[in-house]
Amino acid sequence: MSALFQFNGGVKPATHKARSAQTPIDTAPLPTLLVVPLHQSIGSQPRPLVRAGEHVKKGQRIGAADKWLSSAVHAPTSGKVLAVEERVAAHPSGLSALSIVIAPDGKDEWIELEPFDPATLPPERVREILRDAGVVGLGGAVFPSHVKTEAAKTRALEALVINGAECEPFMTCDDRLMRERAEGIARGVAIFRDLLRPRRVLVGIEDNKPEAIAAMLSAVEAIGEDFTVVPVPTRYPAGGAKQLIRVLTGKEIPADRRSPEMGAQCFNVATAYTAWRAVAFGEPVISRIVTLTGNVERAGNWEIRLGTPLREILPLMRPKADTNRYIMGGPMMGFELPSLEAPIVKASNCIIAGSPSLFPPPAPEMPCIRCGACARACPHELQPFELYWFARARNFGKTQEYKLFDCIECGGCSYVCPARIPLVQYFRFAKSEIWSRERDKASADAAKARFERRQAREARERAEKAERLAKASERKAAPASTAPNDAAPDETEAARKAAIAAAIERARVQREGVQAGNTGDPDATRREEVAGAGIGQCRAVDAPDAGQDSRREGQ
Amino acid sequence: MDFITPPYLTQDISIRRIMWRVLAALLPGIAVCLWLLGPVILAQLAIATLTALAAEGLMLRLRGRPLAPFLGDGSAVVTAWLITLAFPPLAPWWLTVVGVAFAIVVAKHLYGGLGQNPFNPAMIAFAVCIVSFPALMSQWPALDAGAGFGERLALILGQAPRLDALTGATPLDALKTALRLGEGQVGVAAATADRAVFGHIAGRGWEWVAAGHLVGGLWLMWRGTIGWRVPIAFLGGMTMVSGALWLWQPDGFANPLFHLFSGGTMLGAFFIATDPVTGCTTPRGQLIFGFSAGALACLIRIFGGYPDGVAFAVLLLNLCVPIIDLYTQPPIFGMKK
Repeated sequence: MSALFQFNGGVKPATHKARSAQTPIDTAPLPTLLVVPLHQSIGSQPRPLVRAGEHVKKGQRIGAADKWLSSAVHAPTSGKVLAVEERVAAHPSGLSALSIVIAPDGKDEWIELEPFDPATLPPERVREILRDAGVVGLGGAVFPSHVKTEAAKTRALEALVINGAECEPFMTCDDRLMRERAEGIARGVAIFRDLLRPRRVLVGIEDNKPEAIAAMLSAVEAIGEDFTVVPVPTRYPAGGAKQLIRVLTGKEIPADRRSPEMGAQCFNVATAYTAWRAVAFGEPVISRIVTLTGNVERAGNWEIRLGTPLREILPLMRPKADTNRYIMGGPMMGFELPSLEAPIVKASNCIIAGSPSLFPPPAPEMPCIRCGACARACPHELQPFELYWFARARNFGKTQEYKLFDCIECGGCSYVCPARIPLVQYFRFAKSEIWSRERDKASADAAKARFERRQAREARERAEKAERLAKASERKAAPASTAPNDAAPDETEAARKAAIAAAIERARVQREGVQAGNTGDPDATRREEVAGAGIGQCRAVDAPDAGQDSRREGQ
Repeated sequence: MDFITPPYLTQDISIRRIMWRVLAALLPGIAVCLWLLGPVILAQLAIATLTALAAEGLMLRLRGRPLAPFLGDGSAVVTAWLITLAFPPLAPWWLTVVGVAFAIVVAKHLYGGLGQNPFNPAMIAFAVCIVSFPALMSQWPALDAGAGFGERLALILGQAPRLDALTGATPLDALKTALRLGEGQVGVAAATADRAVFGHIAGRGWEWVAAGHLVGGLWLMWRGTIGWRVPIAFLGGMTMVSGALWLWQPDGFANPLFHLFSGGTMLGAFFIATDPVTGCTTPRGQLIFGFSAGALACLIRIFGGYPDGVAFAVLLLNLCVPIIDLYTQPPIFGMKK
C-alpha cells in the first residue's frame, strides 16, 4: 500500500449513509413517460437525431455529439418520440432545456448491440465508442470521458486515480455499485488504463465503506490486475477530484492547470463501469444508479432510466407527508429540483427528500466575526471570510486577488460558519458578476475599437478631401489671378459654390462612412477583431463550466 | 416553503454558543476572585452586565437593528465580564459603568457593531479609564484588610470613604515602586519579600486568579474555540522579554514566571488577544500578533508609567492587524513552493 497524503481543511458532517446502503440495487420500473434532455454533459449540446412521431429502440442514439467536447444521448427504452421540445431541466434555475419526449411502448426492445473486445481496438476507436455511447463522469461533473482519456502530450501519466470515495453524506450509489459490480468497474478501469498508460492505478475509497473496499480488492485480484485499492480517511470533500489526487499521490493541482499536465487523471467508479458496458457490450449510458433517501419510507439505490421524471420515482422512495423539497446531489453541493417534472439525468447521483426537520431553515445570518473557521475548513486553503467581505463590497478585483476562482464550492465554509453566512452563495454571486463583466468588457472593447477605427478613417478621408479641394482651388485660382479685376464678384461667387459643394460632398462621405462602419463588409483587421471578441465571449461563457468541471471532475 | 441554499447540512454552532463558551471559560478565574474577595465580585459583574445590555440595546435601537439576535448573541456580556476582570475589583460602580458604556457605545457600535470594531472594546475601556482615572484604576483590594461583603459593597457603591487600608497597589506596581525607590540598592528578592503582597510565584492570591484564567483558556483551546497560536505566542513574547532582562540582571528584573502570573497576562493571552474580530486571521499573522503583543505588554509594564501594559500592547497590535494579515496570506492549494 502506498503512503497517504493529507489535504488541509475539510469537514466531517454526519454521513446519513446507513439507511440507503443496506439493500441491493433494484431496477426502477418503466415510467409512463421519458423526458431525455439532450445536454447532459459538459461541452456543447448534442444535435437531435429524431423527430416527433418517430419510433425509437432502446439504446438508439437520439442526440449525436456535436464536437469533440460533447457526448451522445440515447433512448432509454423503445417507444414513440412525442416531441422534441423545451422541458423543465434538472437545474436549480427552473429553466427548460431541449429534450426528447418519449412514450415507452412497453416492449423495451434493444437496438442491435455491437460488443467489442477492448484489447483488440485501437485507442482512437475506443474513444469514439465512449463518445458515441455517452460515457461521461457520473460523479456529478458529467465531463465527457473520451476527452479525459487523452493523455497530456508533454508528459507521461504517473497515476490514474479511480474515485470511489463518495464523500457526500446520504449518497451510497457508488458504494452499492462497488459492492455489487466490482468486476465491471475493474474492467472499465482497465480500459482507461490502456488508453492513458499510467505508471500506476490507485482506487481511492473512503474507509467508511469496508464492504466496497473488500469487493474491489477481490475483483482486482480476480481479473489479475495490479491496481492498488486504497482506503482513504473519511473527510468531506475527500471525493473532490483534486483532494483525492492529493491524498493518493501528494500532487496538488492548481485551479488553472489540468490534472494530466501534472501527471494524474481521475475517473469515478460508476464512469468506469459504464465505459466497460459501452465497449464490451455495446450498451450506451441509458440509466444510472441513483440513491433515493432522506425523509422517505424506503431508502435505497435504484437503477433508473435517464429521463425518468422525479414524479415517477416517488413511489419507489415513498416520501413522508412532511416532505417539502427534493434535492439532487448531496446535501453539501446538491441543489433543490425546481419541479416534480424534472428528469433524472447523468448527473443525478442522489435524490434526497427534504423536510423542515431534516434540513431546517438556517438561523438568521449574523455578522462575520472573522473567527477563521471557514479558512480552517477550506480544502483549497483560501480565506473565505476575506472573499466574503470583498464579494459583499462588490470589490471583485480583490476577490480575484484572493483566488476566488480556486473555490470549488464544496460548502465546507458555510457548513462551519457560526454566523450562518451563506458563503458559497456570495462566491457564486461574485463569480457570475465577474463573468458577466468580462463579457460586457469584451463587447465594449470591441465597440470602442470599432469607433476608433471609424474616427481614424473619417479623419483620413477629410484630410484627403481637403487636399483635393485645395488642389482644385489652386487650379481655379491660377487662371483667375490673371483675369481682370472686374471679374472679382463672379469669382467669389464661384468659390462660395465650390465651398458648398465641398460641404455637401463631406457630408455624403461622412454618411457613407457611418454606413460602412456598421453594416458594410468589414475589412480584414476588423473581422479579426470581431473574431477576437467572440473568443473572449466564448471563454467567458465557458468559464462556469470549467469551474464546475474542476469542482467535481471525477467525483 | 422557505428558500434555503446549499449546503443543506450545517454544523451545530453559532456565535452565541462561542460567546457562552468564552463566558464559561472565565468562570474558574471568577471563582478564585470569589474565594479571595467574596460575593462583591458578583455585584461588580452584575453592574457591568446590566450596563452592557442596556448600552447594546440602546445602540441597536438607535442604529435600527433587530434587538433579539444581537442582544442574545452574548458578545456584549463577554465584553462586560472582561472589563470587570481587567478593572480593579473594588472600582466604584460608576467607573465600571463608564468603562462598559464606552466600550459598547464607542468602541463597538460607533464602528459598526459586532464584527466591525477594529479595537478590542474591553481594552479601549481599560485604556480610557486608566488615562482618565489613573488613581482609581490602580487601587487593588488589600487581601488582609479583613473587610466583609458589606464594607466592600459600600466601597463599590461609593457609600464609604476609599480608605487606604482596604486597597493597595497591584503586585506589579508594588514591585516597580520598590525597585524604583530602592534606586538599585534593593533587589527583586528584597522587594518581593512582603508576604502580604507577594505569594509563591507572583502576587499573593492574584497568582491564583491568573491560574484560573489559564485553566479556562486551556479549556477553550481544547474545545477549539480559540486557536493555540495567539495565546502561546503571547506567553512566549512575555517570557522572552522578561526572561532576557532577568538573565541580564536577575536582581533588577522579576523572573518570567512572575510576569506570566501577574497583572493581565493570562487574561490577555487567552481572552483578549484571541478576540477574532480585532486580531489577525492568518496563521503566521496570529503568531506575529500574539508574540508582539506579549513582548510589548512586558516592555510597557516594566519600563512604562502604567501598572500593566496588556491593554496598550493589544490596542497597538490591533492597529497593525490589517498590514500583518496582508503580508502573511498563506499559500493556497496547488500554489505552495
